[in-house]
Amino acid sequence: MTTGLFVEQSLNGLQLGVMLFLVTAGLTLVFGIMDFINLAHGSLFMFGAFLAATFVKITGIFWLALILAVLATGLIGFVMEFLVLRRFYHRSHLDQVLLTFGFILVFNDITRIIWGSIPLPMPLPEILSMPVQIMPGVMYPSFRIAILVLGLIVALCLFLIIERTRLGMWIRAGASDRQMTSALGVNVGLVFTLVFAAGAALAALAGIMSGPISAVQIGMGEPILILALVVTVIGGIGSVKGALIAAIMIGMVDTFGRVMFPPAISSILIYLLMVLILAFRPRGLFPANV
Amino acid sequence: MTLSSVRQLVVPNWPVLLIFVLLALAPVWSMYGGSDFTIRLLTRALILALAAVGLNFVLGFGGLVSLMHASFFGVGAYTVAILAHHDFNGDTLFGLPGTSNLLVSGPAAVFLALVFAVATGALVLRTKGAYFIMMTLALNQMLFFFMIALQQYGGEDGMQIYLPLHLSGYEFGSDSAIYYTVLIVLAFFVFLLSRLVCSRFGNVIRASSENEERLTAIGISPFHYKLVAFTISGAVTAVAGVLWAISQEYVSPADLSWIRSADLVVIAVLGGLVRVWGPLVGALVFVLAEYFLSDITVYWQLVFGLGIIAVVVLFPGGMLSVWATIRKINWGRAHDA
Amino acid sequence: MKLTTSAAAIALLFAVTGATADTVKIGFISTMSGPLGGTGNEASDGFKLFLDQNDGKMGGAEVEMHWEDDQAKPDVSRQAADKLISEDVDIFTGIIFSNVLLSSIKPILDSGAFYISNNAAPSQIAGKLCDQNFFAVSHQNDQLYEGLGVYMQEMNFDNVYLMAPNYPAGKDMMAGFKRHFQGKIAGEVYTAFGQLDYSAEIAQVRAAAPSTVVFFYPGGMGINFVKQYQQSGLMGEIPVYTGSHGIDQSILPAVGDAAIGVNSGAIWSEFGDNEANRVFVEGFEKAYGRIPSPYAAMAYDTARVIDAALTEVGGSIEDRDAFRTALETMDFSSIRGNFKFNTNHMPIMDYYMTVVEKDAQGRLVNALKSKVASDLEDGYVSECKISG
Repeated sequence: MTTGLFVEQSLNGLQLGVMLFLVTAGLTLVFGIMDFINLAHGSLFMFGAFLAATFVKITGIFWLALILAVLATGLIGFVMEFLVLRRFYHRSHLDQVLLTFGFILVFNDITRIIWGSIPLPMPLPEILSMPVQIMPGVMYPSFRIAILVLGLIVALCLFLIIERTRLGMWIRAGASDRQMTSALGVNVGLVFTLVFAAGAALAALAGIMSGPISAVQIGMGEPILILALVVTVIGGIGSVKGALIAAIMIGMVDTFGRVMFPPAISSILIYLLMVLILAFRPRGLFPANV
Repeated sequence: MTLSSVRQLVVPNWPVLLIFVLLALAPVWSMYGGSDFTIRLLTRALILALAAVGLNFVLGFGGLVSLMHASFFGVGAYTVAILAHHDFNGDTLFGLPGTSNLLVSGPAAVFLALVFAVATGALVLRTKGAYFIMMTLALNQMLFFFMIALQQYGGEDGMQIYLPLHLSGYEFGSDSAIYYTVLIVLAFFVFLLSRLVCSRFGNVIRASSENEERLTAIGISPFHYKLVAFTISGAVTAVAGVLWAISQEYVSPADLSWIRSADLVVIAVLGGLVRVWGPLVGALVFVLAEYFLSDITVYWQLVFGLGIIAVVVLFPGGMLSVWATIRKINWGRAHDA
Repeated sequence: MKLTTSAAAIALLFAVTGATADTVKIGFISTMSGPLGGTGNEASDGFKLFLDQNDGKMGGAEVEMHWEDDQAKPDVSRQAADKLISEDVDIFTGIIFSNVLLSSIKPILDSGAFYISNNAAPSQIAGKLCDQNFFAVSHQNDQLYEGLGVYMQEMNFDNVYLMAPNYPAGKDMMAGFKRHFQGKIAGEVYTAFGQLDYSAEIAQVRAAAPSTVVFFYPGGMGINFVKQYQQSGLMGEIPVYTGSHGIDQSILPAVGDAAIGVNSGAIWSEFGDNEANRVFVEGFEKAYGRIPSPYAAMAYDTARVIDAALTEVGGSIEDRDAFRTALETMDFSSIRGNFKFNTNHMPIMDYYMTVVEKDAQGRLVNALKSKVASDLEDGYVSECKISG
């Protein structure tokens, strides 16, 4: 492997990792803070992509469509949480799995009723449509660089919000002791609703950014969901830092595994990695304190 | 055995006895008015029921949400199919000849499932809660991708069983013969596991799902008990896989996808986790609902999904608790399910 | 006046009883629901179009359609087959996926019914396990790439890079290609089934610097691959080729302009120059408002084959041997051009090359370039011994 190719593959791994982080961030927060397993997280990823594809078609402007779709999906998350999910925070994981599994079926069919069963087009934004030279002889798609940058910005923002702001403090407090936090005058229910809506918006953002590089089709959320769950548990449930590190690890292992091993091995490599890590660290790499 | 002990054994189980009696009569009914297809449909439901009965042994009584039971199902089905494949080709596997005799391949399938369950159980049972769910999902995915990549046994195309499977010469001549075989095997395992659940072993398993520390304090190692329970559970699901190979004469990686694992969980929960035979109700509801809904609309998954949501929201105890819940509802006041 | 009315009534009565005497039951099992439902709906739309154009009749017989959804799951397909067998269906068709077909084909053929395939025809069924009642109108799987191999061999392509998912159909397609292509293979990569991201593989392609890439990525995988390949900037440097159905109308709108310039083999083209094809394409666009995909075309052609064979036997399928002989020997004018069934009941057909362009209305289409092979056979015909 030449240096140029190594750099290119590393970028590919990093970019895949950052994309996985975008999907996982919301999932792991909801999981860690509300102790809620949301299998329908992949559906929110799908909604993001479908809504953005529709808004692109109407407005013709990718970035406007992105903002509209993120907001719309955040709103869907808000409604879901407010109407149904909040009743399930104290229920067993099994009930949560079942409930959100039901949501997957419903959301897939609703998508099919609205948009039909043929995959949707989603063009690249014009300014990011050409590859750029990153090293002598190495061209790299500019849109993937945009994903990389956006993902790292989101990661940084999340850290700052959770560690440095009052809202972040409420979130951490609400997760560790709900009653006490309520007694201090914080509306925990509202905080949880906002966290869920934000998680939905992040899933949508990931779906939108993956739209121009992959198929916008029904069921696109399920393979991503499984990867996001893998990232969540490797990183440690509830840990945003763990999610970022695990996501990049998975991105790298998957990318280099695909190049270096036959598909029979590379397709199980990330699961193997997860089983090994959990065998030695049963609560993931960075068990959150919550 | 005194009359009262017989009554104790039978009376609390009258619903399950009734269901089994009705199921036993189904072929008679299908002969007069129904069709052969009814028997095939019910056979599928009963096999999935047995698979979920196996799962429910750790899910309902041990609180272990396993998403890898499809892999046990697959081990059972693939063992029978692979041995039959070598029998058909007349070649050998690790120096041993293939066989279509279920008296050989059936026990071989169960043995392999036991080994597989011990090995994987020792790994996954170190983790808890959501980590356990994900560990089992990962193992299921690994076996799934392994079978897809294994071109020798059909890969994603799966494999057809060409020679008739038999019990040392006795062949299943009809759909009804297969149906009754499945029904008897199901009844046997429901009975066996019911006994086991009521035993000291069962008590430990149930206790382990509630408070492990207490068990450890009184000198019981919950890990070993859970491992045994997990192994039994996997083996029962593998038996369902063997029956699946008999009834379908075809196996493919789709039979061990994580979706099938999730289906089994849904079946167990629909039936209500508190009874060994609950999954029988769950499987009948699941298969019949899927069949009738998909006949009505292509959007049947929407209706099905709403149904699952409704059951979880309104009846946390599964379908079995529907009646109990209706009786308990205080019709005059708001009811919080 | 009164007399004529009753005469009409009697005529009507006869017409009705006549129709019930000659009814053919056709079972159409396909993937209608779930994430993979797109292709099955294309196929059923194509089949329905023929029925709508012919008053629901085939070869003079009333057709009783039994539609079933297999959800792309082998066991659900088997259940649908069991149901239709118990309803005495005469002809089965519709299945898209090979694994779904393989789960159900044995009981279907054991029941004495015919299976006339509009898509799936894996190598087993073309070769060793061929059956007297199994016919493939569409293609044997490998054939989708065999014509491409013929073409690239004739045009002296060299240093070709092959990419496909790691599953039986992927291996079949590439085997079909290599059966006719003797030039140098620069690399042969099999990726995980259902893979989303191809950036690593595309980087490897760039490093290997082949003259051409030949890929097989059905459905969503194709959308992912073509988009990402174009975004990497390689489309202008290393041209890509795919076999028939490789970049068809079921995915082309979703790929968008990124697909422009993709070369594709084709066993059928919407621009095929014959009357039957014009009736099909115009009828389809009018009925459904979109350009038909080959999945729709093959289902439509399957309906036409059944119609033609039923016409030969006077609209009755009671005599199975006569119907089979009619299928084997009939002079059928396919919407694709030359067509006949081989001894293993797989098609002998022509093969075309197309390239993705924009048409006058700005829609992306596979523009027809040339016919590159005639009377193409499949590679398994010698292994098949159809008895009686």
